Amino acid sequence: MVYRAVFPRDVFNELNRLQREFWQSLDTNPNIRGSGRGGFPPINVGSSERAVDIYVFAPGLDPATIDVQIEKGVLTISGERNIVVPNNEQATTHIAERFTGRFRRVVSLPDDIDPSAVSAKYRDGLLHIGVARREAAQPRRIAVQ
Amino acid sequence: MSNTNTTVAKQEKDLRDALIPAVDVIEDASGITLYADLPGVAKERLSLQVEADVLTIEGEMDLGLPEGMSAIHAEVDAPRYRRAFTLSRELDSEKVSAELTQGVLKLRIPKKDHAQPRRIAIEVN
Repeated sequence: MVYRAVFPRDVFNELNRLQREFWQSLDTNPNIRGSGRGGFPPINVGSSERAVDIYVFAPGLDPATIDVQIEKGVLTISGERNIVVPNNEQATTHIAERFTGRFRRVVSLPDDIDPSAVSAKYRDGLLHIGVARREAAQPRRIAVQ
Repeated sequence: MSNTNTTVAKQEKDLRDALIPAVDVIEDASGITLYADLPGVAKERLSLQVEADVLTIEGEMDLGLPEGMSAIHAEVDAPRYRRAFTLSRELDSEKVSAELTQGVLKLRIPKKDHAQPRRIAIEVN
């Protein structure tokens, strides 16, 4: 991400830049696709013995327009969020923080997942993608005779 | 006394553990519209409060986490949202209406009748 100050000597922008540099210096071996932190939509990934669960915090979307793909162990979530700004001379925007535009996020999955057993549910603006692990990879108890 | 202390401590903890939702605030002639991104918050877990002139939005997330799951990457690291705004006097806090659809809250705060724009006729003698 290219840093550009809107106004030189803007204290808050400077603090923002310092914070970003600070985090970058902590992450000495960043992921090849960047850390992705701070992008839209935020993602949480959880892992259990049976599945990998991905939670995508993408509110206000039409589920039909969200594109979820798995290819070669890489999960891609993409889509577009359009915020309609009232086209009215009388309207003034005081705060505009919500993301608008096209987005794309990529998550690399573990090797033992089953690409044919994927479920995706969208509820309350939260997309939950569940990817099952392959049967053979699940832990088994071996009986001792 | 100890009771007040625990309440204060609890409030401080809640504040620390809460995410600040992104909002859009648009004002037009008849009032203010606020949109807030609250992904994961169901209608029943959303609380809106106006006390004195402070509007507080609070929401708890319901992730429905499966058992035995451990987080391996977390960008959203708190289970709740909280944000407060100070309203100005011309806004009618008794007539606030709210809608929550797919994690987006839409709040409409109308202006009081006397604060609605009026064209003032200038009389020329």
